[in-house]
Amino acid sequence: MAAQELTGAEIVIKALVDQGVDTIFGYPGGAVLPIYDALFQQNKIRHILVRHEQGAVHAAEGYARSTGKPGVVLVTSGPGATNAVTGLTDALMDSIPIVCLTGQVATHLIGSDAFQEADTVGITRHCTKHNWLVKSAPELARVMHEAFYVATHGRPGPVVIDIPKDVQFQKAEYTVSPHITHRTYRPKVKGDIEKIKEAVDLIANAKKPMFYTGGGVINSGTVASQLLREFVRLTGYPVTSTLMGLGAYPASDKQWLGMLGMHGTYEANNAMHDCDVLINIGARFDDRVTGRLDAFSPGSKKIHVDIDASSINKNVHVDVPIIGDCAHVLEDMLRIWKSKARRPDKAALADWWKQIDLWRERKSLSYKTNDEVIKPQQAIQRLFEMTRGRETYITTEVGQHQMWAAQHFHFDEPNRWMTSGGLGTMGYGMPAAIGAQIAHPDALVVDIAGEASILMNMQELSTAVQFMLPIKIFILNNEYMGMVRQWQQLLHEGRYSHSYSDSLPDFVKLAEAYGATGIRAEKPSELDAALKKMIETPGPVMFDCRVDQLENCYPMIPSGAAHNEMILGDDADGASVSEEGKMLV
Amino acid sequence: MTQDEKIERHTISVLVDNEAGVLARVVGLFSGRGYNIESLTVGEVDQSEHTSRITVVTAGTPMVIEQIKAQLDRLVPVHKVMDLTVEANSVEREMALVKVAGTGERRVEALRLSDAFRARVIDTTHTSFVFEVTGTPSKIDAFIGLMRPLGLVDVSRTGVVAIARGPEAM
Ligand SMILES: Cc1cc2nc3c(=O)[nH]c(=O)nc-3n(C[C@H](O)[C@H](O)[C@H](O)COP(=O)(O)OP(=O)(O)OC[C@H]3O[C@@H](n4cnc5c(N)ncnc54)[C@H](O)[C@@H]3O)c2cc1C
Ligand SMILES: Cc1ncc(C[n+]2csc(CCOP(=O)(O)OP(=O)(O)O)c2C)c(N)n1
Ligand SMILES: [Mg+2]
Repeated sequence: MAAQELTGAEIVIKALVDQGVDTIFGYPGGAVLPIYDALFQQNKIRHILVRHEQGAVHAAEGYARSTGKPGVVLVTSGPGATNAVTGLTDALMDSIPIVCLTGQVATHLIGSDAFQEADTVGITRHCTKHNWLVKSAPELARVMHEAFYVATHGRPGPVVIDIPKDVQFQKAEYTVSPHITHRTYRPKVKGDIEKIKEAVDLIANAKKPMFYTGGGVINSGTVASQLLREFVRLTGYPVTSTLMGLGAYPASDKQWLGMLGMHGTYEANNAMHDCDVLINIGARFDDRVTGRLDAFSPGSKKIHVDIDASSINKNVHVDVPIIGDCAHVLEDMLRIWKSKARRPDKAALADWWKQIDLWRERKSLSYKTNDEVIKPQQAIQRLFEMTRGRETYITTEVGQHQMWAAQHFHFDEPNRWMTSGGLGTMGYGMPAAIGAQIAHPDALVVDIAGEASILMNMQELSTAVQFMLPIKIFILNNEYMGMVRQWQQLLHEGRYSHSYSDSLPDFVKLAEAYGATGIRAEKPSELDAALKKMIETPGPVMFDCRVDQLENCYPMIPSGAAHNEMILGDDADGASVSEEGKMLV
Repeated sequence: MTQDEKIERHTISVLVDNEAGVLARVVGLFSGRGYNIESLTVGEVDQSEHTSRITVVTAGTPMVIEQIKAQLDRLVPVHKVMDLTVEANSVEREMALVKVAGTGERRVEALRLSDAFRARVIDTTHTSFVFEVTGTPSKIDAFIGLMRPLGLVDVSRTGVVAIARGPEAM
């Protein structure tokens, strides 16, 4: 008997179900009405109606990053697709697996400037890992499954499937199995064993070793985090991580030096600068991390594990490149280390730790509190302490508050921290919190926000209210685009051009207008009680936490400077930036 | 200038699935990341397998050339990337159609020189020739240079195609 024929729209739904998708984030429109109709007639997939397509993509990112599964988005043609572009670019930069379905005008109208037509595959070619325009229903099932494969294999990333409206109506057989291998795309997961042996030798013989880990460990899955922990503990070496890798190694562990980079700790950056063997596991030598390239870790032999060959030798030349998946490579490293009964150089390591402890004593994350104003760092530290022992997921917006969150909220598990690192997209945090809360309905999900960023996707509070998602939006309200103001102070002699957050809404009333709960705290003495209320109130809460307006985020490596040229909070006054540094972002 | 900053010219062959948009992906990669394209050619090479071969001539520092190859290799429809400049002893050819207009001495001289370049006359009028000339890009440059004072009016070049010597496939 021939397989039953389905419409294109039904094929879409069936393929999603076969891929194990239970939730999609979307917004309807003319060019996706058949898919919405098919959605209406089934109950396997839950649709979360957002309020803006950018929000749909960020929500899918939050869902994906907090679960390790791909996030799925459904939007209409034209403005629906263009609104999704920022989210797709964000996912591309941060290697988040997203499958985004876009409606398109009917095939015979493509190219005619039809109503709500946009060249979606053209526009999104540069902000997706791959994209497809499906011109007939018989190809649809294959493309759907291929898209999931591409989004989730190798270096993860967003993909777009553009589906013309006539194809959604057209009937075809649904034949493909969900487990395909790709004709051309077959990323390598096992590292070259000779290189791994070479790396293990280097690691074992190091006198001043340093693990530099990144988002690739999170991408690789929880097993990679487990293996990383095992290997780092076995060696006894110090470990740091990028913004994207926080949580892969527990922050409560004594070998942990905190985050590195522009706003990283004194000990992490100095150890990077002085180490003799640098072990990069799944990080990409981003400019926020390296600082001035010609002064980056000048004396070290560098090992780099990355699944994407194009990440290797892109910014920094490395001595031992290993192309492969973090978990696979770490497993091999551990096996070789154990089989050769490798031992670290105990005496050298003790000296190295002595040096690191001296750097630690500098207490580069310290700040001074007072009775008058809440310090933003203090607000985060209290949030951290008051949520300890709970299953907590943190998302952020972009700015100073994001960096303070990275510095003062400590993660012991992977997939608990969601932030826009590569693109630095203000407006990411609330929709990402929605996605994380959907995936973890009983967990505490907090968006650590700035008063400027939160306004960029404020409309999504309505989504949270509709779906009764108890997300907490914790706004560190300094009445400034603080990060911009800080740079203006440092680079432009304090001319605060357009960085004051004027005419702010009353966030408490705004929350109430949406049907959520609003809370405000203005004095340090009110902080704990207000935080307690935020945590315990059911349903979505928006907390307007008034903080010190002119606090700067330190430590900081100014752009164009080296790791050992950090500005610390307590001697920041004379800080300045070189002329070349001013050219950098 | 250090060794790392030296600009090298490389000819890269890319075997791709012949799907819609694949050329735009390759070209977009070069423009988006600021790489050079000196020449780019494309044509289907296996109809039943739906594969095309793109030949790109590019220039950059060794680090940039490595990046270009890695970036090309990670495009989803790419089967294989081969750097003919380093991985193989290879041959390169380009073809050009060169139109030269003129009469009298100059016309005779153009014809005489074309013979030395083994160019073929593929169109002629009383006042013009179209020559077909094949060779390395520098040979074609030389031919065009010689035709310029003799009444060169139009040039159309294919861009470089290249292949490794010896019995192996890419
Ligand atoms: C205001 C602001 C300030 C910032 N300051 C800092 C800062 O001080 N410090 C900091 O670290 N960052 C900072 N960032 C973030 C920074 O811009 C980068 O996003 C971040 O450093 C990149 O992290 P990563 O190197 O871990 O790479 P990611 O972007 O997470 O990339 C992961 C890498 O791992 C590879 N990979 C993916 N999957 C796998 C796998 N399965 N196996 C192996 N490899 C894999 C990928 O190919 C890629 O090379 C800041 C961002 C903002 C917005
Ligand atoms: C969409 C977008 N536009 C502009 C910027 C540039 N930018 C980076 S941080 C920042 C200010 C953020 O202000 P706020 O949300 O109040 O955070 P704060 O730094 O005060 O904590 C701006 C404008 C950006 N990152 N994203
Ligand atoms: Mg602010």
